[in-house]
Amino acid sequence: MSTIAIIDYGMGNLHSIAKAVEHVAADTRVLISSVPEQILAADRVVFPGVGGIGHTMEELQRTGLGEVALEAAAAKPMLCICVGMQALLERSEENDGTPCLGLIAGEVKRFPEGMPAPEGGKLKVPHMGWNQVHHNDHPLWEDIDQDSRFYFVHSYYVEPADPALQAASTDYGIKFCAALARENLFAVQFHPEKSQRAGLTLLRNFSRWDGQC
Amino acid sequence: MSLAKRIIPCLDVDGGRVVKGVQFVDIRDAGDPVEIARRYDQEGADELTFLDITASHEQRETMVHVVEQVAGEVFIPLTVGGGIRELADIRRMLNAGADKVGINTAAVFNPEFVRAAADRFGAQCIVVAIDAKQVEADADGKPVRWEIFTHGGRKPTGIDAIEWAAKMVDYGAGEILLTSMDRDGTKNGFDLALTRAVSEAVDVPVIASGGVGNLDHLAEGVLEGEADAVLAASIFHFAEYTIAEAKQHMAARGIEVRL
Repeated sequence: MSTIAIIDYGMGNLHSIAKAVEHVAADTRVLISSVPEQILAADRVVFPGVGGIGHTMEELQRTGLGEVALEAAAAKPMLCICVGMQALLERSEENDGTPCLGLIAGEVKRFPEGMPAPEGGKLKVPHMGWNQVHHNDHPLWEDIDQDSRFYFVHSYYVEPADPALQAASTDYGIKFCAALARENLFAVQFHPEKSQRAGLTLLRNFSRWDGQC
Repeated sequence: MSLAKRIIPCLDVDGGRVVKGVQFVDIRDAGDPVEIARRYDQEGADELTFLDITASHEQRETMVHVVEQVAGEVFIPLTVGGGIRELADIRRMLNAGADKVGINTAAVFNPEFVRAAADRFGAQCIVVAIDAKQVEADADGKPVRWEIFTHGGRKPTGIDAIEWAAKMVDYGAGEILLTSMDRDGTKNGFDLALTRAVSEAVDVPVIASGGVGNLDHLAEGVLEGEADAVLAASIFHFAEYTIAEAKQHMAARGIEVRL
Protein backbone atom coordinates (compact mmCIF):
# COMPACT_ATOMS: atom_id res chain seq x y z
CA MET A 1 0.00 0.00 0.00
CA SER A 2 1.45 3.35 -0.98
CA THR A 3 1.27 6.45 1.21
CA ILE A 4 0.46 10.07 0.47
CA ALA A 5 1.37 12.62 3.12
CA ILE A 6 -0.38 15.98 3.25
CA ILE A 7 1.87 18.54 4.91
CA ASP A 8 0.04 20.13 7.83
CA TYR A 9 1.60 23.45 8.82
CA GLY A 10 -1.55 24.80 10.44
CA MET A 11 -3.09 26.53 7.45
CA GLY A 12 -6.54 25.65 6.24
CA ASN A 13 -8.67 22.62 5.85
CA LEU A 14 -6.80 19.49 4.89
CA HIS A 15 -9.74 17.20 5.52
CA SER A 16 -11.15 17.88 2.03
CA ILE A 17 -7.91 17.02 0.27
CA ALA A 18 -7.52 13.84 2.30
CA LYS A 19 -11.12 12.79 1.62
CA ALA A 20 -10.82 13.50 -2.08
CA VAL A 21 -7.65 11.43 -2.40
CA GLU A 22 -9.18 8.59 -0.39
CA HIS A 23 -12.20 8.75 -2.67
CA VAL A 24 -10.17 8.05 -5.82
CA ALA A 25 -7.31 5.97 -4.46
CA ALA A 26 -8.69 3.21 -2.27
CA ASP A 27 -5.32 1.46 -2.17
CA THR A 28 -3.55 4.52 -0.77
CA ARG A 29 -3.03 5.46 2.85
CA VAL A 30 -3.50 9.21 3.30
CA LEU A 31 -1.78 10.92 6.22
CA ILE A 32 -2.26 14.50 7.36
CA SER A 33 1.05 15.12 9.04
CA SER A 34 3.36 17.71 10.55
CA VAL A 35 6.00 15.13 11.46
CA PRO A 36 9.02 15.48 9.13
CA GLU A 37 9.96 11.77 9.33
CA GLN A 38 6.43 10.74 8.37
CA ILE A 39 6.26 13.19 5.49
CA LEU A 40 9.65 12.17 4.14
CA ALA A 41 8.83 8.47 4.45
CA ALA A 42 5.68 8.81 2.29
CA ASP A 43 5.67 7.75 -1.36
CA ARG A 44 4.04 11.00 -2.46
CA VAL A 45 3.55 14.39 -0.86
CA VAL A 46 0.84 17.04 -1.13
CA PHE A 47 1.82 20.59 -0.22
CA PRO A 48 -1.43 22.55 0.28
CA GLY A 49 -2.14 26.14 1.20
CA VAL A 50 -4.88 28.71 1.65
CA GLY A 51 -4.97 32.25 2.99
CA GLY A 52 -2.25 34.87 2.84
CA ILE A 53 1.33 34.12 1.80
CA GLY A 54 2.74 36.19 4.68
CA HIS A 55 1.19 33.98 7.34
CA THR A 56 1.96 30.89 5.24
CA MET A 57 5.68 31.65 5.09
CA GLU A 58 5.74 32.49 8.81
CA GLU A 59 4.19 29.14 9.66
CA LEU A 60 6.46 27.25 7.25
CA GLN A 61 9.49 28.83 8.95
CA ARG A 62 8.18 28.46 12.49
CA THR A 63 7.41 24.77 12.06
CA GLY A 64 10.43 23.99 9.91
CA LEU A 65 8.06 22.37 7.42
CA GLY A 66 9.21 24.67 4.60
CA GLU A 67 12.55 22.84 4.69
CA VAL A 68 10.73 19.53 4.78
CA ALA A 69 8.68 20.53 1.74
CA LEU A 70 11.89 21.40 -0.13
CA GLU A 71 13.43 18.09 0.83
CA ALA A 72 10.34 16.22 -0.36
CA ALA A 73 10.30 18.21 -3.58
CA ALA A 74 13.82 17.01 -4.32
CA ALA A 75 12.97 13.37 -3.83
CA LYS A 76 9.43 12.26 -4.62
CA PRO A 77 6.28 12.99 -6.61
CA MET A 78 4.84 16.13 -5.10
CA LEU A 79 1.61 18.03 -5.75
CA CYS A 80 1.41 21.65 -4.62
CA ILE A 81 -1.97 23.36 -4.39
CA CYS A 82 -2.91 27.07 -4.50
CA VAL A 83 -0.77 28.93 -1.93
CA GLY A 84 1.37 25.77 -1.75
CA MET A 85 2.18 26.43 -5.41
CA GLN A 86 2.84 30.14 -4.84
CA ALA A 87 5.21 29.37 -1.95
CA LEU A 88 7.56 27.59 -4.39
CA LEU A 89 8.47 30.79 -6.21
CA GLU A 90 11.11 33.32 -5.15
CA ARG A 91 8.86 36.08 -3.93
CA SER A 92 5.27 37.27 -3.85
CA GLU A 93 3.78 40.74 -4.16
CA GLU A 94 1.31 39.85 -1.40
CA ASN A 95 1.61 41.30 2.11
CA ASP A 96 3.91 44.12 0.92
CA GLY A 97 6.34 41.70 -0.69
CA THR A 98 7.05 38.30 0.84
CA PRO A 99 10.14 36.15 0.20
CA CYS A 100 9.09 32.58 -0.59
CA LEU A 101 10.88 29.22 -0.76
CA GLY A 102 12.66 30.01 -4.03
CA LEU A 103 12.58 26.49 -5.46
CA ILE A 104 11.28 27.86 -8.78
CA ALA A 105 12.67 31.05 -10.28
CA GLY A 106 9.97 33.65 -10.74
CA GLU A 107 7.39 35.75 -8.92
CA VAL A 108 3.85 35.72 -7.61
CA LYS A 109 1.80 38.67 -8.86
CA ARG A 110 -1.57 40.20 -8.15
CA PHE A 111 -4.23 40.42 -10.87
CA PRO A 112 -4.27 44.00 -12.18
CA GLU A 113 -7.03 46.30 -10.91
CA GLY A 114 -9.97 47.07 -13.15
CA MET A 115 -9.49 44.42 -15.84
CA PRO A 116 -12.44 44.73 -18.25
CA ALA A 117 -14.99 41.90 -18.13
CA PRO A 118 -16.09 40.36 -21.45
CA GLU A 119 -19.75 41.20 -20.70
CA GLY A 120 -18.95 44.77 -19.65
CA GLY A 121 -17.93 46.17 -16.28
CA LYS A 122 -14.77 44.97 -14.59
CA LEU A 123 -13.50 41.57 -13.55
CA LYS A 124 -13.79 40.80 -9.87
CA VAL A 125 -10.76 39.94 -7.76
CA PRO A 126 -10.48 37.36 -6.20
CA HIS A 127 -10.82 35.20 -9.29
CA MET A 128 -13.44 32.89 -7.77
CA GLY A 129 -15.25 30.02 -9.43
CA TRP A 130 -14.97 27.53 -12.28
CA ASN A 131 -12.64 28.48 -15.10
CA GLN A 132 -11.21 26.56 -18.03
CA VAL A 133 -7.75 25.08 -17.91
CA HIS A 134 -5.84 24.69 -21.14
CA HIS A 135 -3.25 22.02 -20.47
CA ASN A 136 -0.19 20.53 -22.09
CA ASP A 137 0.83 16.89 -22.23
CA HIS A 138 1.63 15.51 -18.80
CA PRO A 139 0.70 12.26 -17.04
CA LEU A 140 -1.36 14.23 -14.48
CA TRP A 141 -3.75 15.40 -17.21
CA GLU A 142 -4.59 11.87 -18.31
CA ASP A 143 -8.35 11.40 -18.94
CA ILE A 144 -8.97 15.12 -18.37
CA ASP A 145 -10.58 16.86 -21.34
CA GLN A 146 -8.82 19.85 -22.81
CA ASP A 147 -10.26 23.11 -21.37
CA SER A 148 -12.02 21.35 -18.49
CA ARG A 149 -13.24 23.63 -15.70
CA PHE A 150 -11.59 23.64 -12.29
CA TYR A 151 -12.45 25.63 -9.16
CA PHE A 152 -10.23 28.63 -8.45
CA VAL A 153 -10.15 31.10 -5.60
CA HIS A 154 -7.16 33.44 -5.58
CA SER A 155 -6.05 37.02 -6.14
CA TYR A 156 -2.42 36.19 -6.97
CA TYR A 157 -0.88 33.99 -9.65
CA VAL A 158 2.60 32.60 -10.34
CA GLU A 159 4.86 33.74 -13.12
CA PRO A 160 7.76 31.29 -13.48
CA ALA A 161 10.89 32.79 -15.05
CA ASP A 162 11.10 29.78 -17.36
CA PRO A 163 7.89 29.71 -19.44
CA ALA A 164 8.61 26.09 -20.35
CA LEU A 165 7.56 25.09 -16.81
CA GLN A 166 3.98 26.09 -17.49
CA ALA A 167 1.78 23.00 -17.66
CA ALA A 168 -1.54 24.80 -18.12
CA SER A 169 -2.93 28.27 -18.64
CA THR A 170 -6.21 29.98 -17.81
CA ASP A 171 -7.70 33.25 -19.04
CA TYR A 172 -8.93 35.79 -16.55
CA GLY A 173 -8.35 39.21 -18.01
CA ILE A 174 -4.83 37.99 -18.65
CA LYS A 175 -3.55 34.53 -19.49
CA PHE A 176 -1.92 33.18 -16.35
CA CYS A 177 -0.10 30.02 -15.29
CA ALA A 178 -2.72 27.62 -13.86
CA ALA A 179 -0.29 24.73 -13.42
CA LEU A 180 3.43 24.20 -13.57
CA ALA A 181 5.51 21.05 -13.82
CA ARG A 182 9.18 20.30 -13.31
CA GLU A 183 10.46 16.75 -13.08
CA ASN A 184 8.76 15.17 -10.03
CA LEU A 185 6.99 18.38 -9.08
CA PHE A 186 3.48 19.39 -10.17
CA ALA A 187 1.74 22.52 -8.92
CA VAL A 188 -1.75 23.86 -9.53
CA GLN A 189 -3.39 27.19 -8.75
CA PHE A 190 -6.89 25.71 -8.64
CA HIS A 191 -8.30 23.34 -6.01
CA PRO A 192 -8.50 19.81 -7.42
CA GLU A 193 -10.17 18.66 -4.18
CA LYS A 194 -13.06 21.05 -4.95
CA SER A 195 -13.20 20.58 -8.72
CA GLN A 196 -15.57 17.64 -8.86
CA ARG A 197 -14.85 15.04 -11.57
CA ALA A 198 -11.93 16.79 -13.28
CA GLY A 199 -10.25 17.47 -9.94
CA LEU A 200 -10.76 13.93 -8.71
CA THR A 201 -9.25 12.59 -11.94
CA LEU A 202 -6.17 14.73 -11.41
CA LEU A 203 -5.84 13.45 -7.84
CA ARG A 204 -6.26 9.87 -9.05
CA ASN A 205 -3.51 10.46 -11.61
CA PHE A 206 -1.27 11.88 -8.91
CA SER A 207 -1.88 8.89 -6.65
CA ARG A 208 -0.40 6.68 -9.38
CA TRP A 209 2.28 9.03 -10.67
CA ASP A 210 5.88 7.85 -10.65
CA GLY A 211 7.23 11.40 -10.88
CA GLN A 212 8.29 11.11 -14.53
CA CYS A 213 7.11 13.59 -17.15
CA MET B 1 -12.87 31.01 -22.48
CA SER B 2 -13.90 32.73 -19.32
CA LEU B 3 -15.03 32.28 -15.78
CA ALA B 4 -18.40 30.58 -15.45
CA LYS B 5 -21.28 32.17 -13.57
CA ARG B 6 -22.19 29.94 -10.66
CA ILE B 7 -25.47 28.35 -9.60
CA ILE B 8 -25.64 27.70 -5.87
CA PRO B 9 -28.50 25.76 -4.28
CA CYS B 10 -29.11 26.71 -0.66
CA LEU B 11 -30.18 24.21 1.99
CA ASP B 12 -31.77 25.34 5.24
CA VAL B 13 -30.76 22.94 7.98
CA ASP B 14 -32.48 22.66 11.35
CA GLY B 15 -31.06 20.21 13.86
CA GLY B 16 -29.23 18.31 11.14
CA ARG B 17 -32.22 17.99 8.80
CA VAL B 18 -32.99 19.92 5.64
CA VAL B 19 -36.24 21.82 6.06
CA LYS B 20 -38.52 23.87 3.79
CA GLY B 21 -39.94 20.89 1.98
CA VAL B 22 -37.43 19.19 -0.19
CA GLN B 23 -39.31 16.96 -2.59
CA PHE B 24 -37.25 14.75 -4.79
CA VAL B 25 -39.21 11.88 -6.24
CA ASP B 26 -36.54 9.23 -6.12
CA ILE B 27 -34.69 10.22 -3.01
CA ARG B 28 -34.93 7.86 -0.07
CA ASP B 29 -34.99 10.49 2.61
CA ALA B 30 -35.96 13.97 1.53
CA GLY B 31 -34.59 15.61 4.67
CA ASP B 32 -31.11 14.13 4.63
CA PRO B 33 -28.60 16.89 3.83
CA VAL B 34 -25.98 14.42 2.62
CA GLU B 35 -28.33 12.80 0.12
CA ILE B 36 -29.58 16.13 -1.13
CA ALA B 37 -26.07 17.50 -1.44
CA ARG B 38 -25.08 14.43 -3.43
CA ARG B 39 -28.05 14.95 -5.75
CA TYR B 40 -27.24 18.60 -6.39
CA ASP B 41 -23.60 17.74 -7.01
CA GLN B 42 -24.62 15.16 -9.62
CA GLU B 43 -26.91 17.68 -11.30
CA GLY B 44 -24.01 20.08 -11.67
CA ALA B 45 -24.28 22.53 -8.76
CA ASP B 46 -21.21 24.76 -8.71
CA GLU B 47 -21.21 25.14 -4.93
CA LEU B 48 -23.50 24.36 -2.01
CA THR B 49 -24.61 26.69 0.75
CA PHE B 50 -25.90 25.38 4.05
CA LEU B 51 -27.78 27.75 6.26
CA ASP B 52 -27.97 26.54 9.84
CA ILE B 53 -31.28 27.75 11.21
CA THR B 54 -31.07 25.64 14.35
CA ALA B 55 -32.39 27.64 17.23
CA SER B 56 -30.79 25.82 20.12
CA HIS B 57 -27.12 26.14 20.85
CA GLU B 58 -26.87 22.46 21.86
CA GLN B 59 -27.80 21.32 18.37
CA ARG B 60 -25.16 23.41 16.64
CA GLU B 61 -22.67 20.58 16.87
CA THR B 62 -24.99 18.63 14.58
CA MET B 63 -24.15 21.01 11.74
CA VAL B 64 -20.47 20.17 12.11
CA HIS B 65 -21.26 16.50 11.51
CA VAL B 66 -23.41 17.36 8.50
CA VAL B 67 -20.54 19.33 6.97
CA GLU B 68 -18.08 16.53 7.71
CA GLN B 69 -20.28 13.98 6.01
CA VAL B 70 -21.00 16.13 2.96
CA ALA B 71 -17.35 17.12 2.57
CA GLY B 72 -16.43 13.44 2.65
CA GLU B 73 -18.28 12.71 -0.55
CA VAL B 74 -19.14 15.87 -2.41
CA PHE B 75 -16.11 17.56 -3.91
CA ILE B 76 -17.30 21.07 -4.70
CA PRO B 77 -17.04 24.20 -2.51
CA LEU B 78 -19.22 24.30 0.59
CA THR B 79 -20.33 27.41 2.44
CA VAL B 80 -21.89 27.31 5.89
CA GLY B 81 -23.81 30.23 7.34
CA GLY B 82 -25.99 30.80 10.38
CA GLY B 83 -24.74 31.23 13.91
CA ILE B 84 -21.16 32.12 12.99
CA ARG B 85 -20.23 34.53 15.80
CA GLU B 86 -16.71 33.74 16.92
CA LEU B 87 -13.41 32.78 15.35
CA ALA B 88 -13.83 29.37 17.00
CA ASP B 89 -17.09 28.85 15.05
CA ILE B 90 -15.23 29.50 11.80
CA ARG B 91 -12.35 27.23 12.69
CA ARG B 92 -14.77 24.42 13.59
CA MET B 93 -16.60 24.69 10.25
CA LEU B 94 -13.43 24.92 8.16
CA ASN B 95 -11.93 21.94 9.96
CA ALA B 96 -15.11 20.00 9.29
CA GLY B 97 -14.68 20.57 5.56
CA ALA B 98 -16.41 23.89 4.80
CA ASP B 99 -14.54 26.14 2.39
CA LYS B 100 -16.27 29.37 3.32
CA VAL B 101 -18.40 30.68 6.13
CA GLY B 102 -21.21 33.19 5.87
CA ILE B 103 -21.25 35.94 8.50
CA ASN B 104 -24.44 37.93 8.80
CA THR B 105 -25.75 39.39 12.05
CA ALA B 106 -22.39 39.16 13.80
CA ALA B 107 -20.92 41.47 11.15
CA VAL B 108 -23.63 44.06 11.74
CA PHE B 109 -23.12 44.10 15.50
CA ASN B 110 -19.35 43.83 15.34
CA PRO B 111 -17.74 44.70 11.98
CA GLU B 112 -14.29 44.10 13.46
CA PHE B 113 -15.20 40.42 13.60
CA VAL B 114 -15.06 40.33 9.79
CA ARG B 115 -11.61 41.89 9.82
CA ALA B 116 -10.34 39.47 12.45
CA ALA B 117 -11.82 36.52 10.55
CA ALA B 118 -10.27 37.55 7.23
CA ASP B 119 -6.90 38.17 8.89
CA ARG B 120 -6.91 34.78 10.53
CA PHE B 121 -8.41 32.56 7.82
CA GLY B 122 -8.01 34.57 4.61
CA ALA B 123 -10.55 36.67 2.73
CA GLN B 124 -11.24 33.75 0.39
CA CYS B 125 -13.32 31.98 3.03
CA ILE B 126 -15.22 34.96 4.43
CA VAL B 127 -18.63 35.54 2.86
CA VAL B 128 -20.54 38.47 4.31
CA ALA B 129 -24.27 37.91 4.04
CA ILE B 130 -26.33 41.08 3.66
CA ASP B 131 -30.11 41.19 4.11
CA ALA B 132 -31.33 44.39 2.48
CA LYS B 133 -34.70 46.05 2.10
CA GLN B 134 -35.67 48.98 -0.10
CA VAL B 135 -36.50 52.03 2.04
CA GLU B 136 -36.71 54.84 -0.49
CA ALA B 137 -37.67 55.43 -4.11
CA ASP B 138 -37.59 58.58 -6.25
CA ALA B 139 -40.65 60.27 -7.76
CA ASP B 140 -40.66 57.77 -10.65
CA GLY B 141 -40.67 54.83 -8.27
CA LYS B 142 -37.04 54.01 -9.01
CA PRO B 143 -35.41 52.56 -5.89
CA VAL B 144 -32.66 54.76 -4.52
CA ARG B 145 -31.89 53.44 -1.07
CA TRP B 146 -31.74 50.06 0.64
CA GLU B 147 -30.97 49.37 4.27
CA ILE B 148 -29.60 46.43 6.20
CA PHE B 149 -32.14 44.52 8.26
CA THR B 150 -31.46 41.86 10.86
CA HIS B 151 -33.56 39.15 12.50
CA GLY B 152 -34.97 37.80 9.27
CA GLY B 153 -35.81 41.23 7.91
CA ARG B 154 -37.69 42.46 10.98
CA LYS B 155 -35.19 44.83 12.54
CA PRO B 156 -33.96 47.88 10.66
CA THR B 157 -30.44 49.10 11.38
CA GLY B 158 -30.41 52.38 9.45
CA ILE B 159 -27.27 51.22 7.62
CA ASP B 160 -27.13 51.86 3.86
CA ALA B 161 -26.74 48.52 2.07
CA ILE B 162 -24.42 49.72 -0.70
CA GLU B 163 -22.08 51.52 1.70
CA TRP B 164 -22.17 48.52 4.00
CA ALA B 165 -21.16 46.13 1.21
CA ALA B 166 -18.19 48.32 0.30
CA LYS B 167 -17.19 48.57 3.96
CA MET B 168 -17.36 44.81 4.44
CA VAL B 169 -15.08 44.26 1.44
CA ASP B 170 -12.72 46.81 2.90
CA TYR B 171 -12.75 44.79 6.14
CA GLY B 172 -11.83 41.63 4.28
CA ALA B 173 -14.97 39.98 2.89
CA GLY B 174 -14.00 37.83 -0.09
CA GLU B 175 -17.54 37.58 -1.37
CA ILE B 176 -20.96 39.14 -0.73
CA LEU B 177 -24.15 37.09 -0.41
CA LEU B 178 -26.88 39.62 -1.07
CA THR B 179 -30.47 38.80 -0.15
CA SER B 180 -33.39 41.07 -0.93
CA MET B 181 -35.80 40.84 1.99
CA ASP B 182 -38.49 42.38 -0.23
CA ARG B 183 -38.19 39.54 -2.72
CA ASP B 184 -37.27 36.59 -0.52
CA GLY B 185 -40.00 33.96 -0.81
CA THR B 186 -42.03 35.93 -3.40
CA LYS B 187 -40.88 34.08 -6.54
CA ASN B 188 -40.98 37.45 -8.33
CA GLY B 189 -37.29 37.45 -9.21
CA PHE B 190 -34.22 39.11 -7.70
CA ASP B 191 -34.15 42.79 -6.81
CA LEU B 192 -32.05 43.56 -9.88
CA ALA B 193 -31.45 47.23 -9.11
CA LEU B 194 -30.11 46.33 -5.67
CA THR B 195 -27.95 43.52 -7.06
CA ARG B 196 -26.46 45.71 -9.76
CA ALA B 197 -25.81 48.58 -7.36
CA VAL B 198 -23.91 46.33 -4.97
CA SER B 199 -22.06 44.47 -7.72
CA GLU B 200 -20.84 47.75 -9.19
CA ALA B 201 -19.82 49.06 -5.79
CA VAL B 202 -17.49 46.19 -4.85
CA ASP B 203 -14.57 44.38 -6.47
CA VAL B 204 -15.36 40.95 -5.01
CA PRO B 205 -17.94 38.49 -6.38
CA VAL B 206 -21.60 39.06 -5.49
CA ILE B 207 -24.11 36.22 -5.07
CA ALA B 208 -27.69 37.28 -5.78
CA SER B 209 -30.34 35.77 -3.54
CA GLY B 210 -34.03 36.09 -2.75
CA GLY B 211 -37.00 35.81 -5.08
CA VAL B 212 -36.16 33.22 -7.72
CA GLY B 213 -39.33 31.70 -9.16
CA ASN B 214 -38.24 30.59 -12.62
CA LEU B 215 -35.18 30.10 -14.79
CA ASP B 216 -35.39 33.51 -16.43
CA HIS B 217 -34.94 35.04 -13.01
CA LEU B 218 -31.58 33.29 -12.68
CA ALA B 219 -30.44 34.59 -16.07
CA GLU B 220 -31.63 38.12 -15.26
CA GLY B 221 -29.64 38.09 -12.02
CA VAL B 222 -26.50 37.72 -14.10
CA LEU B 223 -27.42 39.73 -17.19
CA GLU B 224 -29.16 42.66 -15.51
CA GLY B 225 -28.11 42.33 -11.89
CA GLU B 226 -24.45 41.73 -12.84
CA ALA B 227 -24.24 38.99 -10.23
CA ASP B 228 -21.31 36.59 -10.32
CA ALA B 229 -23.39 33.77 -8.88
CA VAL B 230 -27.07 33.08 -8.27
CA LEU B 231 -28.49 31.34 -5.23
CA ALA B 232 -31.86 29.66 -5.05
CA ALA B 233 -33.63 27.27 -2.73
CA SER B 234 -37.23 26.43 -3.41
CA ILE B 235 -37.14 26.05 -7.21
CA PHE B 236 -34.59 23.29 -6.80
CA HIS B 237 -35.95 21.76 -3.61
CA PHE B 238 -39.41 21.28 -4.99
CA ALA B 239 -37.87 19.77 -8.13
CA GLU B 240 -39.58 22.39 -10.26
CA TYR B 241 -36.31 22.58 -12.14
CA THR B 242 -33.09 20.65 -11.98
CA ILE B 243 -29.79 22.46 -11.80
CA ALA B 244 -28.91 20.99 -15.18
CA GLU B 245 -32.02 22.64 -16.67
CA ALA B 246 -31.11 25.92 -15.04
CA LYS B 247 -27.65 25.77 -16.58
CA GLN B 248 -28.95 24.90 -20.02
CA HIS B 249 -31.31 27.84 -19.81
CA MET B 250 -28.59 30.25 -18.76
CA ALA B 251 -26.30 28.97 -21.52
CA ALA B 252 -29.08 29.51 -24.06
CA ARG B 253 -29.25 33.12 -22.90
CA GLY B 254 -25.56 33.53 -23.64
CA ILE B 255 -24.25 33.12 -20.10
CA GLU B 256 -21.05 31.17 -19.56
CA VAL B 257 -21.78 28.22 -17.27
CA ARG B 258 -20.06 24.97 -16.33
CA LEU B 259 -21.98 22.28 -18.19
